[in-house]
Amino acid sequence: MSIQVTHVSKSFGGFQALRDVSLEVGEGELLALLGPSGSGKTTLLRIIAGLEQPDPAPDVDVRFNGQSVAHRAVGGRNVGFVFQHYALFRHMTVFENVAFGLRVRRRRERPSRQEIADRVRRLLALVQLEAFERRYPSQLSGGQRQRVALARALATEPRILLLDEPFGALDAKVRQELRRWLRRLHDELHVTSLFVTHDQEEALEVADRIIVMNAGRIEQDGAPEDLFNNPRTEFVMRFLGAINLFHGRVENGGVRVGPMLLPQVDCALPEGQAARAFVRPYDLAVDRRKNGAAAMPAKVTRVQVTGPVVRVELEAAAGDVIWADLPHAQYRDLRLNVGEQVYVSPRNARVFAGDYRP
Amino acid sequence: MTEMVVPKAARPRPRVRGAAEEPAWVRWSLIAACILFMAAFLVIPLAAVFTEALRKGVQAYLASFTEPDALSALRLTLLVAAIAVPLNLVFGLAASWALAKFEFRGRSILITLIDLPFAVSPVIAGLIYVLLFGMQGWLGPWLAEHDIRIIFAVPGIVLATLFVTFPFVARELIPLMQEQGTEDEVAALTLGASGWQTFRRVTLPNVRWALLYGVILCNARAMGEFGAVSVVSGHIRGHTNTLPLHVEILYNEYNFVAAFATASLLTLLALVTLVLKAIVERRARAVACGEERPR
Repeated sequence: MSIQVTHVSKSFGGFQALRDVSLEVGEGELLALLGPSGSGKTTLLRIIAGLEQPDPAPDVDVRFNGQSVAHRAVGGRNVGFVFQHYALFRHMTVFENVAFGLRVRRRRERPSRQEIADRVRRLLALVQLEAFERRYPSQLSGGQRQRVALARALATEPRILLLDEPFGALDAKVRQELRRWLRRLHDELHVTSLFVTHDQEEALEVADRIIVMNAGRIEQDGAPEDLFNNPRTEFVMRFLGAINLFHGRVENGGVRVGPMLLPQVDCALPEGQAARAFVRPYDLAVDRRKNGAAAMPAKVTRVQVTGPVVRVELEAAAGDVIWADLPHAQYRDLRLNVGEQVYVSPRNARVFAGDYRP
Repeated sequence: MTEMVVPKAARPRPRVRGAAEEPAWVRWSLIAACILFMAAFLVIPLAAVFTEALRKGVQAYLASFTEPDALSALRLTLLVAAIAVPLNLVFGLAASWALAKFEFRGRSILITLIDLPFAVSPVIAGLIYVLLFGMQGWLGPWLAEHDIRIIFAVPGIVLATLFVTFPFVARELIPLMQEQGTEDEVAALTLGASGWQTFRRVTLPNVRWALLYGVILCNARAMGEFGAVSVVSGHIRGHTNTLPLHVEILYNEYNFVAAFATASLLTLLALVTLVLKAIVERRARAVACGEERPR
């Protein structure tokens, strides 16, 4: 089932949580709403679920498969909702929790006792918790609880699944496991899913498409690699992945940062305009010799070799801290020492100018 | 000559006191002070009630209960509790639900008002009703015209008891409901539950132990209330006398055995309440710590 949201705004008292947001989610898509806290992503999710009402406006609407659900209450929208803190019913067993959505149906629509039991067991098998049906939520780990919550949300066969920071309360290792697991589950079930996260890694790893939100607006909308490689705004550049920031001025169609002249990349900026150049740590070459104009001297201050890449921390002449990620093989060839003078040269930079509003 | 070698393990280890641990004499004197105080103000009076009640033997003790006035007082006390406790249960649930789960204008004023009966002397509570419904009160003449008796009758006693006991349930529930928040309810709604189903299947079970605890306290107070009831009752034997009032009347008549016998009944009620309260408290704590086991 597809989702269309048009011109949704929402304010709480004096706080504007959403400013005229429109978006579309395709049938069977797994979409991430990514943004810092206070960016409005959870509010948007709750409006889609029907837990909040958008501010009244002439052309505001929420549609499922083209049909407006704006006037339907939560229960009538048939969406599954997974909460950050699980919201499991603590006085019910795992089995009863999962069965809840079926048991509260009107008698005419309620499956038989046996059907409910079958469906609950099938779902518990799906989330790999068959052996836990008689346990209470307090007897489960965080990861297990969230899987129960997911099974509970899926029990009513929702056409849309909404997840609000589903892994936010879990520790790093469990989180990683559950991410992969959610991806596999989605590939199996193909239910249209929207999940909210502030963790860019999570969004990049799990989602088909990411919508980056900031201050109540959609900043950029696209496939993970698209967002990562072609950030349209400075905010997206800063939010997705690690960056080195160089302050400079436009000069001869390029950007001058201290002794280094970066060849201009995309935008046509007036000569002399202040600009900011962003370079990913893995796009920064480290060498003993200066090669070309796009290089600047720096001193190695710290090397961290434990990890998939070698992280080299450097200090530029102006005192800026720079960091470069090198492949282990290259690092071994270079034989860098702390305190040594080297040259860094960006292989790829993105330039933004004008005021930046975080 | 051989030297005595003391094995290392046998040497007395100096005992190191924990940072938050007081010296033994401080601990013991505090405990002793506490026990002495409890003995003087709780245990000895308790023992006195039963000794006085049984002074003339078990026969006389039991006889004081079979007396018609005593039976009528017992009946009235049970009747008043049977009306006041369920009403305050419903009120307490409704009030705490509204106060804990919703934000609205005047919320904090309402919370303060719920505490009013705790702040006001029960005698004043009784007087309020006399001023409202008594012969010289605002509504007195109108009530007299329509032949409705409230003051010096059972309705007055029920009203006064209701007033005095109404914070008990709400006070227990509000903090718990606030702490639990509304996420469980929202989850139930997203699963298609109606408002009533959400209340009955999610909200109510989540607070059941606190609710029971509030009801126990409410009941104890409803049966034991003296001040407010005394003002509105009129002390008509066999009609408007509750157990606490009956004790006073008997005592004033120098009928000590009967007075203490009746008092012992109320004392037993208090003991039962304490035991129930302890059980429920432990149960509630177990649930809070997540130790609830499958039934």
